[in-house]
Amino acid sequence: MTKCTDSVVLNLWHPVGAIAEAIPGAVQETVLLEERLSFAVGGDGEPIVWRSRPDLRRADQVPAADRLPAKSAYGYVWTSLGSPPAELFPIPEYAEPDRRRLNAATFGVNVSAPRAIENFLDMGHFPYVHTDILGAEPHTEVKEYDVEISVDRDEILATRCRFFQPMASTASDGGADVDYVYRVPHPYCSVLYKSSPVDESRRDVIAIFLQPVDQEHVRAHMLLCVLDENSEDKVIKRFQQTIFGQDKPILENQVPKRLPLDPRAETPIRADKSAIAYRRWLSQKGVTYGVIPAAA
Amino acid sequence: MITLYDYELSGNCYKLRLLMSFLGIDHNTVPVDFYPGREHKSEWFLKLNPLGQLPVIDDDGLILRDAQAILVYLASKYDPPGTWYPRNNPALLGEISQWLAFADGITGTASAARLHDALFYDFDIDAARAGAHRLFRILDEHLWFGEQEGRQWICSAPQPTIADIACFPYIMLSEEGGISRQDYPAIRRWCDRVKRIKGFIVMSGVFPAGPARAAA
Repeated sequence: MTKCTDSVVLNLWHPVGAIAEAIPGAVQETVLLEERLSFAVGGDGEPIVWRSRPDLRRADQVPAADRLPAKSAYGYVWTSLGSPPAELFPIPEYAEPDRRRLNAATFGVNVSAPRAIENFLDMGHFPYVHTDILGAEPHTEVKEYDVEISVDRDEILATRCRFFQPMASTASDGGADVDYVYRVPHPYCSVLYKSSPVDESRRDVIAIFLQPVDQEHVRAHMLLCVLDENSEDKVIKRFQQTIFGQDKPILENQVPKRLPLDPRAETPIRADKSAIAYRRWLSQKGVTYGVIPAAA
Repeated sequence: MITLYDYELSGNCYKLRLLMSFLGIDHNTVPVDFYPGREHKSEWFLKLNPLGQLPVIDDDGLILRDAQAILVYLASKYDPPGTWYPRNNPALLGEISQWLAFADGITGTASAARLHDALFYDFDIDAARAGAHRLFRILDEHLWFGEQEGRQWICSAPQPTIADIACFPYIMLSEEGGISRQDYPAIRRWCDRVKRIKGFIVMSGVFPAGPARAAA
């Protein structure tokens, strides 16, 4: 397979690993856009990332000129193979001191990043795939919601989403109508806000950051930034892993694995409004990696 | 009360959840952060199981490890009619043990491939997949010939045994390791039969059978 030549994607920041799981100084190997990378997180929490080379076994051996752009944000190491923007998209809630901030897990998934984003945006599958957790029959209707492509912020925003959920989170004590807001601030990242069962004025934040290994494989990093004073970390992680484990076979059975951007390629329904906006947005940006571009 | 030390995405833990559901046994769960926390290698867990593996149960102070061993224990103790593990039938017990060992082989191949693909374990993925296909071919033939003789389950019994439970999870999860079941029609039919056993429950990655036929 040819390596990535998509300049839009090359110039993005991409996540490569969770900081909480990095042993200070230890070098980890990973693959981003078909390139082998090495990274290490220093004792000060600052990451160093470079293209893997047999003569570079420790971060301090890597000459400055051979280091890739690197950033620590939202609990992960981010890097870029091109010229990334100065800032990553904002998630202001991450700074709120009373939130639990966890990497639920990093899972390898045999799917393109855009297919995974689209599944993350979809509410229609809740009762069927996440039965008795995020949905249950007969509450299957995806009610009308709003989607906009924000030109200022260059992101997709889906609002006024509501869904009946039997067990929306580890802090739930029963079924409830849950409000959702979805943001897609990056072609391969999405941030979800959902009603907090413990504070009706605030929302839990769950983000998925996809590391494209190649066009049809990702490492899915899941950030939880939630309000829950009682559950142990591992209980909160387990909840999210259960959900993701249910999505995984669905994602891996998508055909074709790359996301078709031609509006006629797949037939959407009203509930797919956010997916339609997402596909259009990728087309407008000129993204070609992980998608099947529309015929010119 | 039984306590199960459990990880949701573990097929070996699921074997025990499945048998306990079939038998209607209540139990407590202690979640173990197998991934990414590696809590099964933590000091407290190694005291329970020096092998550092899930699952483990504690039944009123009796601590047991190994999914297959625990299936034998639970079926022997909590299934009075003895249908899942027929204690008085030596030939059948021999067959069951043979397929419990086979299930360990499935763990060593199909489960290893899944750990490689999903959780980035450093295994020889080609060897794991080839090994799984070899075992699946053997099981598929065994099940196919069984169907010709009117046998529905892995062992020569008119009802499912713990051998069916032991083999089921990592076959069902095999696609997560890049191992397709397309070429194993008898395995696929058997998986549907397992899913229609009364009391069947799912785990993440395993979906229920369609409603086409009611549970037996």
